[in-house]
Amino acid sequence: MLSRVADSLYWMGRYIERAENIARFLDVNWHLTLDMALMQQNHWSALVSVTGDMEVYRSFYKEETSHNVIRFLTIDRDYANSIWSCLHNARENARAVRDLIPIEMWELINVFFHSIDKQAKHPVEIFDNPYTFCDEVKRRCLTISGLAGDAMDHGEEWLFYRLGHMLERADKTSRILDVKYFVLLPDILDVGAVIDVVQWSALLKATSSFQAYRHRQAPMTPAGVTRFMLMDHQFPRSVLYCLTEAQRLLHELTGTRIGYYSNDAEKLLGQLCAELSFQGIEDILNQGLHEFTDRLQLKINGVDTAIFKTFFAVLDPVAAETAEQ
Amino acid sequence: MKFQGYDTGGFYDEMFTADGTPRPGYEQLMDRIQALPEGEINARQAAAEQLFYDLGITFTVYGHTEGTEKIFPFDIIPRIIDRTEWEHIESGLKQRIYALNLFINDVYHDQSIVKDGIVPAELIESADGYFPECASIDPPRGVWCHITGTDLVRDDKGDIYVLEDNLRSPSGVSYVLANRRVLKRTLPLLFQRMNIRPVDDYPAMLLDMMYDVAPPTADRVTAAILTPGMYNSAYYEHSYLAMQSGVELLEGRDMVVQDGYVKMRTTRGLERVDVIYRRVGEDFIDPLVFRPESLLGVPGIMEVYKAGRVTLANAPGTGVADDKVIYSYVPKIIKYYLGEDAILPNVPTYICSQKKECEYVLDNLDTLVVKAANESGGYGMLIGPASTSQQRDEFAAKIRANPRNYMAQPTLNLSRAPVIVGDHFEGRHIDLRPYILYGEEIRVLPGGLTRVALVKDSLVVNSSQGGGSKDTWVLG
Repeated sequence: MLSRVADSLYWMGRYIERAENIARFLDVNWHLTLDMALMQQNHWSALVSVTGDMEVYRSFYKEETSHNVIRFLTIDRDYANSIWSCLHNARENARAVRDLIPIEMWELINVFFHSIDKQAKHPVEIFDNPYTFCDEVKRRCLTISGLAGDAMDHGEEWLFYRLGHMLERADKTSRILDVKYFVLLPDILDVGAVIDVVQWSALLKATSSFQAYRHRQAPMTPAGVTRFMLMDHQFPRSVLYCLTEAQRLLHELTGTRIGYYSNDAEKLLGQLCAELSFQGIEDILNQGLHEFTDRLQLKINGVDTAIFKTFFAVLDPVAAETAEQ
Repeated sequence: MKFQGYDTGGFYDEMFTADGTPRPGYEQLMDRIQALPEGEINARQAAAEQLFYDLGITFTVYGHTEGTEKIFPFDIIPRIIDRTEWEHIESGLKQRIYALNLFINDVYHDQSIVKDGIVPAELIESADGYFPECASIDPPRGVWCHITGTDLVRDDKGDIYVLEDNLRSPSGVSYVLANRRVLKRTLPLLFQRMNIRPVDDYPAMLLDMMYDVAPPTADRVTAAILTPGMYNSAYYEHSYLAMQSGVELLEGRDMVVQDGYVKMRTTRGLERVDVIYRRVGEDFIDPLVFRPESLLGVPGIMEVYKAGRVTLANAPGTGVADDKVIYSYVPKIIKYYLGEDAILPNVPTYICSQKKECEYVLDNLDTLVVKAANESGGYGMLIGPASTSQQRDEFAAKIRANPRNYMAQPTLNLSRAPVIVGDHFEGRHIDLRPYILYGEEIRVLPGGLTRVALVKDSLVVNSSQGGGSKDTWVLG
């Protein structure tokens, strides 16, 4: 497969997943604020903190009001990670590989972008009630993922697309979990308060894992929820699940057995999976959840860079020859 | 919606004779449309347009700022060509392409047509599409013009003429396929009742052609389409053809020349490419040979091509036969190589490099259409009857400054076909661009792209100038 094409498929996967996750945490935050009208301000700035783009935000807006934050995350064309921008980029990447993806998939993405673009022209409805908008984004993203799974050729196209999906999702789940650092535990003394259950539940809902968690009949404790979101073996949005899946995809691409590595991407991802697999939740909480997720995100970025160097940036033959000498 | 009161306006109408009788093949179409409940035809037209939008079948208009993507306007009333007429057109096109290919090959080899005094040497040498770098190259099977989209028009007497040859990089075939796809959903009943020749096998024909002309040394052929990239106005077409024929869609930056072969950068290293259907002008294809600033091509590709290790379609240099002045020699070219008269006539043409003809052109600018020899897409032309005296003065100055670059033709009263305008039908001028492939043999896709000048009374059908299209049905 062409390196350029692989790159586009990978990023198409990442952007679709990114759009979905932004819709997820915006939606949950919105519902949370309805329960806690007085805490709103703090909640909206936390949402920006989760993206890791607070500096960008501050350069665009003065205050973290609900309208500003919703605008920033949904339809702001100047913000590279807004839902609008994600879909725009997903569509541009899809266009670049239009000949390789199922026609229906291109159609879904195309119609999706047009729909969001149209709504962006009348944003007041989104600001006043982001639920409908977020719901549409989530549903459409899931439809695309479903179509990809069932209609795409499960060769390299699929592997790169899915790899992008999985790494993005691992990153975003860790970020959603990180909301805790910014909101749920502003004061360590709040642990165990009534409000906590509502907030931890909201965290689970943001990843559609509330039901799955309840199903395991585990109490709603910080350790329980954190363990679930970080390293559950069955839930498809847990960080470890996503990373293990990414590892499987990566090894299918190269043909190297898991447990060995043939390039930096496999090496770094293997280390990351092992680290997460063989750590207890207490160890993680002891070093500090925020510190842990911060490092986790950096390591995921490292895997991303290694994937780029391994598959997308094929050396010119001249350079390759020089390198051999 | 009814055709009652439809005015053919004194032009040749494709659907109706002057007394309002439908022409052969159009009866069922008329009955079906008139049988639809009131408002239904508009609803179907709207649904068809939405479909194009959803499918992302759009193009980019140069210089258009607000929203660069537009739908190519489409009218759901098809244009129908009966079997006898199509056979005439098809044989005329095959004859023309066969002769033009011989001409190109001759131009880059012995130039016997020059030596025999049929085409002047200076005309060839001054043609923009003539590249001396291509001399003495022998492309596989001797085929130079693999893909052609000839523009045909019908005059007010009903005769078909060749307007332009478009031998370089003709676009639009994806719209033929898309129009058909949409119209099958729009008027399914008619497809069941009428014997309409399919067009869906074009991508397969294209692939066959590419395999036919692969370098004989290639064991397992890898074919590709070379696109300038996703911001090119015809990118949809490039990707669609690649998808439908299953070939690689490459940009210049995806390829390098290594060990005497053209190779593409893949996730598993470099892999050889054997046949490239290029949608990039030859002057951009190799910065080492042609425009050094080009980023769309592959440095060194011409060297590989000359060595016969990659096939380029169309072959670099075919543009020489696409020159609008050389066009006027095509009947003589056909006669010279085949000893036959042209089946499809040329539109009478005045060549400004010839003094007498140039004077005639300058004296009659208000009735003629003047075209620059190497322009396309409806750019660089003057339509006399629709021009202002200031435009005519400007054009006269251009012609005097560079007579070689201009030719003129009488303003043809192009035939018209009905299109939906609000709650009724109106006649609009149309042309026809059939697509011809030349591999082992010459094959013509039945029908082609019927382009419509949607602006009332306009004669310009180009999509960049407010043109639209119709599905074209050839009856079997």
